[in-house]
Amino acid sequence: MSQVIQKCGCRELSEVEKYALLEDVIEEYEGKESNLIQILHMSQAIFGFLPHEVQNFIAEKMDLPISKVSGVVTFYSFFSTKPKGEYTVRVCLGTACYVRGGKKILEKLKEHLGIDVGETTKDSKFTLEVMRCLGACGLAPVISINGKVYKRVNANKVHHILDKYNKGGV
Amino acid sequence: MINLTINNKKICVKEETTILEAAKQNNILIPSLCYLEGVHKLGSCRVCVVEVEGAKNLQASCITPVSEGMVIRTNSDRVRRARKVLYELMLSDHPRDCLQCSRNQSCELQKLGELIQIEESRFEGEKSKDFTDATSPSIIRDNSKCILCRRCVTVCNEVQGVGILNSQFRGFATEISPSPELPLGSASCTYCGQCTTVCPVGALKEKDSTKTIWQALLDPDKTVIVQTAPAIRVALGEEFGCQPGTIVTGKMVSALKEMGFDYVFDTNFTADLTIMEEGTELLGRIVGSLHAGKVISNEQLEKTGFKPSDNVPVLPMITSCSPGWIKYIEHYYPEGISHLSTCKSPHMMLGALCKSYFAERINVAPKDMFVVSVMPCTAKKFEITRPEMVNNGVPNVDAVITTRELAKMIKDAGIHFMALPEGKTDHPLGLSSGAADIFGATGGVMEAALRTVYEIITGRELPFDKLHVLPIQGLERIKTAELTILEAKKEWAFLNGVTLKVATTSGFRGASILMDDIRKGESPYHFIEVMGCPGGCISGGGQPRPTNDEVRKKRIQAIYAEDEGKRLRKSHENPDIKSIYDEYLGKPLGHKSHELLHTTYTKRSKF
Repeated sequence: MSQVIQKCGCRELSEVEKYALLEDVIEEYEGKESNLIQILHMSQAIFGFLPHEVQNFIAEKMDLPISKVSGVVTFYSFFSTKPKGEYTVRVCLGTACYVRGGKKILEKLKEHLGIDVGETTKDSKFTLEVMRCLGACGLAPVISINGKVYKRVNANKVHHILDKYNKGGV
Repeated sequence: MINLTINNKKICVKEETTILEAAKQNNILIPSLCYLEGVHKLGSCRVCVVEVEGAKNLQASCITPVSEGMVIRTNSDRVRRARKVLYELMLSDHPRDCLQCSRNQSCELQKLGELIQIEESRFEGEKSKDFTDATSPSIIRDNSKCILCRRCVTVCNEVQGVGILNSQFRGFATEISPSPELPLGSASCTYCGQCTTVCPVGALKEKDSTKTIWQALLDPDKTVIVQTAPAIRVALGEEFGCQPGTIVTGKMVSALKEMGFDYVFDTNFTADLTIMEEGTELLGRIVGSLHAGKVISNEQLEKTGFKPSDNVPVLPMITSCSPGWIKYIEHYYPEGISHLSTCKSPHMMLGALCKSYFAERINVAPKDMFVVSVMPCTAKKFEITRPEMVNNGVPNVDAVITTRELAKMIKDAGIHFMALPEGKTDHPLGLSSGAADIFGATGGVMEAALRTVYEIITGRELPFDKLHVLPIQGLERIKTAELTILEAKKEWAFLNGVTLKVATTSGFRGASILMDDIRKGESPYHFIEVMGCPGGCISGGGQPRPTNDEVRKKRIQAIYAEDEGKRLRKSHENPDIKSIYDEYLGKPLGHKSHELLHTTYTKRSKF
């Protein structure tokens, strides 16, 4: 699998190459239904999101009903059927983060980015999502941006964090 | 055996029994909703919760197995309050338009409300889903009514093995659909309609065709003809309070006449005709493949009435009466469509004959005819829209209604069904043999075909008690039989010693097993009968609810009783079949037959 990952990072792949890569992924996971979630994760890594066509391709290659594949995709909030922005901002609303102001951070982010949860800014820069507990309750409240975790965030700090990304340098 | 106590009553049940089953066996009533005996136990609605001593939470009795010494209370205050709250919560997300709902008084949610004595509805709130998918010509999905019991999901995935319906999204947003971006009309759904027979509420139902029929009946310029499938007469009575398996053929005919149909014909007539066409087709394929394999000479072939051809015929041949099955093979085994008999399904044949042979006889233009088929089937609503089902520019059949819709129309017409006299179908497309009746049950088409084919080859009757081929009947998934030809007639002598191998199945699970064998080139059979719905048409997607194995068996018994009660038991002995060949069609597989009674199929994709 590490090989597969390495193939994607270097440059933007063509659609044909993406589907070829996805086929390799499915093969590596032996097309087993029990590996569907892993395969979907890898597909999202390749395509950035999971549109109906990609779900259909996976269903066909794995010989599963499309309703089952889309059932899993729509069940888990991590999977997205719409294109995502360059940066995915996730706000933790687990119990510890919530009581320490997670909700306020979310409101501030919505206001700042001008989008709702699940949406992407017009310039395709940011996607806003919520998550349930990152397992870092001691650092609450936290947000994560493309996997990088920011601890003890407060609503007033939000724009400082976003600015770094707006300037393109992290 | 396990000993336990339910409501202070000591009982003893087999291991692995659930609490709900244990209670039922001992006449203790536990209200339930999503549970469907033998098919679906998931504990999704939780209405069947009970109090188990020692357990902190209430347990869903449909999925909790009994254990030694268990002490259960099914009617404690806590249980009663819990199920009422559950019910009220379900109601809070359900349109309460029961009086104008098609399931009024046949709704299981409504019945449950009465059973547990709901007198208030305390929760008002947002509705989770409010859209109707009417893209399929057969089935309507009204999501606003769905209570997420998932019975349809089990039937579609586990019983039929198709998997068109599954849960999408989660929590309050959960919906049952093919996928958020795929309406039913674009999915590779077979339209078998088994989901509509298990839906407890009005969320899944057939697309209504009654309005166009009322319009046609009121139109003075239309000659309106109706035909009924073999399986209707053994099930329609259930909609009027009869026990499953009650035969109501005569009352059904009288009701149709009272509703104003100009002619009441019988799909059974064209079931007999199907046997003539399909039986001949089978013989043609068998002798054709012997000829291609150089087992028989040109001369031997021609003596049987067939002509040499360059095409090597495909075996096994598979029946083509079930439109759900046809759509299934087109989507899931498109490479196998050459195995299908080219015969149209019996009601399409009858429609084609109404608008040709009969139209000429009564001197009515085919375009001024309106042919209605009463079918146990939702897939037939799709079948009549197929572009192949048109002759001389007019569709063979104009509308299909299910058994359930016919019952609604009879009620709507203000007819006292049970008081009707025994009516008789009209001539010349109304007389049928017992072989036609059994088309409605799994194994029936095969038995009917064997009764005729065996006699054509040997000149003798099928050598079984009451002409029944018992090994291919019944509810098992795949049933097989072998029949060795001995002492054949002179022109068929080359078949002496040949063993004819046949298989029958109902439901797509069995069909997929048989098709996989064909795909691998390992199918030993000459002839296979497939019916799309488990049990055959008697439990088709358009039949009265509920349909379970007990009901299936009773309807099948009734079908065989109807068969045995007839003097005519074999299709080729039906005098009206003989006349239609003499007067109009010529011979089976002749030019006119090809034009009117045979069809082609379309390769479709699975995704």
